[in-house]
Amino acid sequence: MSRDEAYNFAYLDEDTKRMIRRALLKAVAIPGHQVPFGAREMPLPYGWGTGGIQVTAAVLGPRDVLKVIDQGADDTTNAVSIRRFFNRVAGVETTTHTRDATIIQTRHRIPEAALTEAQVIVYQVPMPEPLFKLEPRLAETRRMHALSDYGLMHVKLYEDIARHGHIATSYSYPVMVDERYLMSPSPIPAFDNPKMHRMAALQLFGAGREKRIYAVPPYTDVRSLDFEDHPFRPHRADACCELCGSGSSYLDEVVTDDRGGRMFVCSDTDYCESRQAGNAKEEAA
Amino acid sequence: MAYVAVKGGERAIGNAHAWLAETRRGDTTLAELEVPQIVQQLSLAVDRVMAEGSCYDRDLAALAIKQSKGDLIEAAFLLRAYRTTLPRFGYSTPLDTAAMRIRRRVSATYKDLPGGQVLGPTFDYTHRLLDFALAAAGEPPAPAPEAPAGDTESPRVTELLSREGLMRREDDATAEPADLTRQPLAFPAARPTRLQNLARGDEGFLLGLGYSTQRGYGNSHPFVGEIRHGTVTICLTPPELGFEIEIGEIAVTECQMVNQFHGSRSEPPQFTRGYGLVLGHGERKAMSMALVDRALQAGDLGEDRTAPAQDEEFVLLHSDNVEATGFVEHLKLPHYVDFQSELEVVRRMRATATLQPEQATP
Repeated sequence: MSRDEAYNFAYLDEDTKRMIRRALLKAVAIPGHQVPFGAREMPLPYGWGTGGIQVTAAVLGPRDVLKVIDQGADDTTNAVSIRRFFNRVAGVETTTHTRDATIIQTRHRIPEAALTEAQVIVYQVPMPEPLFKLEPRLAETRRMHALSDYGLMHVKLYEDIARHGHIATSYSYPVMVDERYLMSPSPIPAFDNPKMHRMAALQLFGAGREKRIYAVPPYTDVRSLDFEDHPFRPHRADACCELCGSGSSYLDEVVTDDRGGRMFVCSDTDYCESRQAGNAKEEAA
Repeated sequence: MAYVAVKGGERAIGNAHAWLAETRRGDTTLAELEVPQIVQQLSLAVDRVMAEGSCYDRDLAALAIKQSKGDLIEAAFLLRAYRTTLPRFGYSTPLDTAAMRIRRRVSATYKDLPGGQVLGPTFDYTHRLLDFALAAAGEPPAPAPEAPAGDTESPRVTELLSREGLMRREDDATAEPADLTRQPLAFPAARPTRLQNLARGDEGFLLGLGYSTQRGYGNSHPFVGEIRHGTVTICLTPPELGFEIEIGEIAVTECQMVNQFHGSRSEPPQFTRGYGLVLGHGERKAMSMALVDRALQAGDLGEDRTAPAQDEEFVLLHSDNVEATGFVEHLKLPHYVDFQSELEVVRRMRATATLQPEQATP
């Protein structure tokens, strides 16, 4: 694939990539800790994944195979746009197959297929601070992290249970990393949280606008906050995918008419398509 | 109805961009807008885009305005994204605005002063009546009368007050200021960092905040010590030369607000300063910046911090319109995965709520 020679490989200049790699190394060394970094303006808007794009640009090599998903799908407009961007400025091979990718950049989902040691998953993060809804001041939350002072979050979850009978946080569900740092898993559904626990792949998180990087090294403990008498329970729609029949994948609800008609389909398009292909093969056999 | 997957994103994006290009050009029977026309005739738009894009290049700013169909925040964003790719080869020495070649200089605190009041090209005393003559392209206006350039210096008004000991001395900045475009903000932020942030902050946001300080949200008693606009020389000391050279000049607008200060335990009553400096000609922005800069010094001066404009995390983290517009507008992106999990939670909560009250207790 040919790349646009007007820009350095993967857009950012080498000094910037080195600066980001240093931040990444620090982040890997202190799992779950937010490392400030000199995020640059990117040609895509803030909120569109500039943090993830910068992290990907910093770790991408010419022989990497890149997969980009948004909402679990490869063909959502933003995923298409980011894939095109790297196609143009890095000329790397891209794929929609989870298992063929060496780097997966994602917004809001973790693929259904288990990732391997040979893979890196890069999360786009809008708000890296897990405590921001409880305490908007960064000077204060930094102190809370330093002291592992996470009582505020436990109180919030307790109040959910007291009011609703269960925890009412359904995405961006806070996790403890390596029993030390409270971390935002980025706005993935709580359903995906267990996949982060002892994941074989390196997990990198980039927040461009907030200028923070954090990481979870392979095989690190990632525990969703809960209580002994109210254990964490991931939820999904109580249905099967209408396209591939999966009863265990995360589902999107698709409204089919204005009379209450709806159907459920896999949010992970690659997972769904490979299952459909498998089903077709079985039928043919 | 069959489920139609959201396929064809790629083609849809291509088509949308083609349509955008078509609407940008508009009616092709009309002449196309040229970049030099924007530079010349929409110069204040160019100034604003340079300031908020924090990149001093009139031609590129004008190109960005053309490309963005006149959306100035979009244009600032285009300029910022371009700016990212430019190598950083050095830092200039501090600008000497006292040596500014002045196009406009007014003080509201003195009737007359060394260097005089220079009105310059200003809207200030125009009647805001639509000038229908401009709608019909006509002869260019007669050249404005010109006075011979004076050689009197225009010392800064705040300097006059300082000499009398009435103006609080700024801390001598011996430490190298941080570079906001290279190092992320940390709190509490040093004043040079705050000023960098404000200098590229959104004019509307700063205007609203500055206005709020005048209406009782944060006590300020500001006077415009001075506003000056003109060109200043940029000097640089390249390491391979070891001495200072001039590399060019840029137009800037500087505002120094003078604020009364009742004194504190450690300081006598005196005047304090709010400072604004923006690229190009932007008086509204420079004045707003000066008001906000002064409000943000509340903590350092031992004043109560109660108003939004005095809260540095609030001000500095929300002033950047490229960041703000990105995050606000990203809500347009698909969020159906998270929304789906919210749907499940709300349905579950409703199911719990409709149970008998005693059953609902966990």
